[in-house]
Amino acid sequence: MTDSTSTRASSASGSAVPMVFADGVSKSFGSNTVLKSISLEVQRGEVMCLVGPSGSGKSTFLRLINHLEVLSAGRLSVDGDLVGYRESNGKLYELQPKEAARQRRDIGMVFQKFNLFPHMTALQNVSEAPLRVKGEPRARVEERARALLDRVGLADRADYYPAHLSGGQQQRVAIARALAMEPKLMLFDEPTSALDPELVGEVLDVMKGLASDGMTMIVVTHEMGFAREVADSLVFMDGGVVVESGDPRELLGNPKHERTRAFLSKVL
Amino acid sequence: MSAANPQSAGRGTSPRGRAEIPDDADPKAIKAIKLRHPYRIVFAVLLVLTFVLFIIDAAQRPAYDWPTVGQYVFDRRITQAAFNTLLLTVYAMVIAIVLGVLLAVMRLSPNPVVKSVAWFYLWVFRGTPVYVQLVFWGLIAVIYQTIDIGIPFTEPWYSFSTQATLSTFVLAVIGLSLNEAAYMAEIVRAGLLSVDRGQEEAATALGMSWSQTMRRVILPQSMRVIIPPTGNEVISMLKTTSLVTAIPFGGELYTRSRDISAETFNPIPLLIVASIWYLFFTSILMVGQYFLEKRFSRGIGDRRPDKNSGAPAPTGTLSIAGVSQPTVLHATGDTGHGSGRRQKR
Ligand SMILES: Nc1ncnc2c1ncn2[C@@H]1O[C@H](COP(=O)(O)OP(=O)(O)O)[C@@H](O)[C@H]1O
Ligand SMILES: [Mg+2]
Repeated sequence: MTDSTSTRASSASGSAVPMVFADGVSKSFGSNTVLKSISLEVQRGEVMCLVGPSGSGKSTFLRLINHLEVLSAGRLSVDGDLVGYRESNGKLYELQPKEAARQRRDIGMVFQKFNLFPHMTALQNVSEAPLRVKGEPRARVEERARALLDRVGLADRADYYPAHLSGGQQQRVAIARALAMEPKLMLFDEPTSALDPELVGEVLDVMKGLASDGMTMIVVTHEMGFAREVADSLVFMDGGVVVESGDPRELLGNPKHERTRAFLSKVL
Repeated sequence: MSAANPQSAGRGTSPRGRAEIPDDADPKAIKAIKLRHPYRIVFAVLLVLTFVLFIIDAAQRPAYDWPTVGQYVFDRRITQAAFNTLLLTVYAMVIAIVLGVLLAVMRLSPNPVVKSVAWFYLWVFRGTPVYVQLVFWGLIAVIYQTIDIGIPFTEPWYSFSTQATLSTFVLAVIGLSLNEAAYMAEIVRAGLLSVDRGQEEAATALGMSWSQTMRRVILPQSMRVIIPPTGNEVISMLKTTSLVTAIPFGGELYTRSRDISAETFNPIPLLIVASIWYLFFTSILMVGQYFLEKRFSRGIGDRRPDKNSGAPAPTGTLSIAGVSQPTVLHATGDTGHGSGRRQKR
């Protein structure tokens, strides 16, 4: 495929542009091809769940969307803008680090290991990026940070350091931290996989709330209950390719591929 | 509790007797005769006695010549030399830390040429004794008579006489700092590598620039690993300044006290004078180090006890060993050089 993506993206009216548009996205580390020609779309307000066995390339795909990894082939755009590149006169130009950082601001990311800043309190974690990256005034940032902590049910934990919070609480702070940049897209990479079973629910509840508020989300998860209940679409990946995708209830109830069936029998 | 419990009251036992009821929840406090350690006490007494005897003896021994010690401790030549020693230490350490951070970042660079240059620097400056390096710096004016600024192989714009431009004090600072930078580079590198990769990733994902990520996220966390060995380096540097007599720069504490004793033919009291000043400075540095370490262990030092029991730490950074670790800690997964304490000087 050629440069039709950006043409379509720029010519289409605002609401018709998909939030994420991937066309033939491939990624290799050296000679190891991890993603092979992934094509998919995520619409505005859509919640997409990405499932598949370990090593199938799910994390790599999320990291490509956020330009934490560099694409090997294909085209990838977020909200109509190519990720990591600028196109003019049919040529691709790599973005300056500053421009790449600007793109990332609008994409929130939540990690399996939370990755909270351990030397900052919950409130400082949430306030850091709006203060340093956007340069907003402290009073306004902290007011919003407190509101966000309240939203994830941690208003009373604002002054706690991450080490003094449970895993579930840490992950909720991490979600609040990502939301503080007012992203238009949220990426979740196995947000509940590092949690004790009894703490999974509180994080999923926050994510359900986000989904019902209309946030566009791509969620890598093994929580099939969440996928069934919340997701608008489900994508099953294996060995770096999309094996099948579709309506989550249909796909979970009646998987067409043997590989999907084999995987689901293990996690369900 | 016994009064409220009809069972134990009925039996007429003492409250403590309740512990015999099998399904009782209250644990009984252990009351045992403490194990005694008679040899410890004997050993401690012997040590204290030896120490006291040594002090009493030293106070009376004429060779120590305490009156002379008292006479010279605040002698102007000595206090000035003590100040010079302090200046040498501060200048050399500041330059060494800046250069060390630069070398550490160079060693982590993806560019193989940059990496090799840093490696070569470390190889040379760690592989030769600091005393030899200082003698070399003292001979710099013999090796390079002039310093030329300009385009190579053309007429220089400016030309300085090395001898006239570089004082022995400047040479001492250069010699000490270039040597120390090699050690600081390894300390800083270990510190940077000790921070979990997820931290950089999270900061980048929030739209923070590389320098913001370094300053706000990576460096503050690596400080915990960097400060303890750096404190040791400062203390070590304070003492290494006594070697700059090799340049020869004679204005520091040790050389000055030797010079004075050459006049008085009485070296021992002046060695004591110098030692008193060295001890005074190192004591202050140790206090400063304690407060810095406390400052940079915020949010990490005190974990909840129930989370410590073998469970994996919530973030990678928490698994680093304690703050008071005096050695250069080595990052997980890194098999590079520079781990452990080296025998220096
Ligand atoms: N930085 C990297 N360098 C080399 N190989 C990598 C790197 N990141 C991921 N991989 C490889 O890519 C494959 C897919 O990894 P990943 O995207 O993490 O899978 P998943 O998240 O589905 O478990 C794995 O085989 C992994 O070893
Ligand atoms: Mg993964």
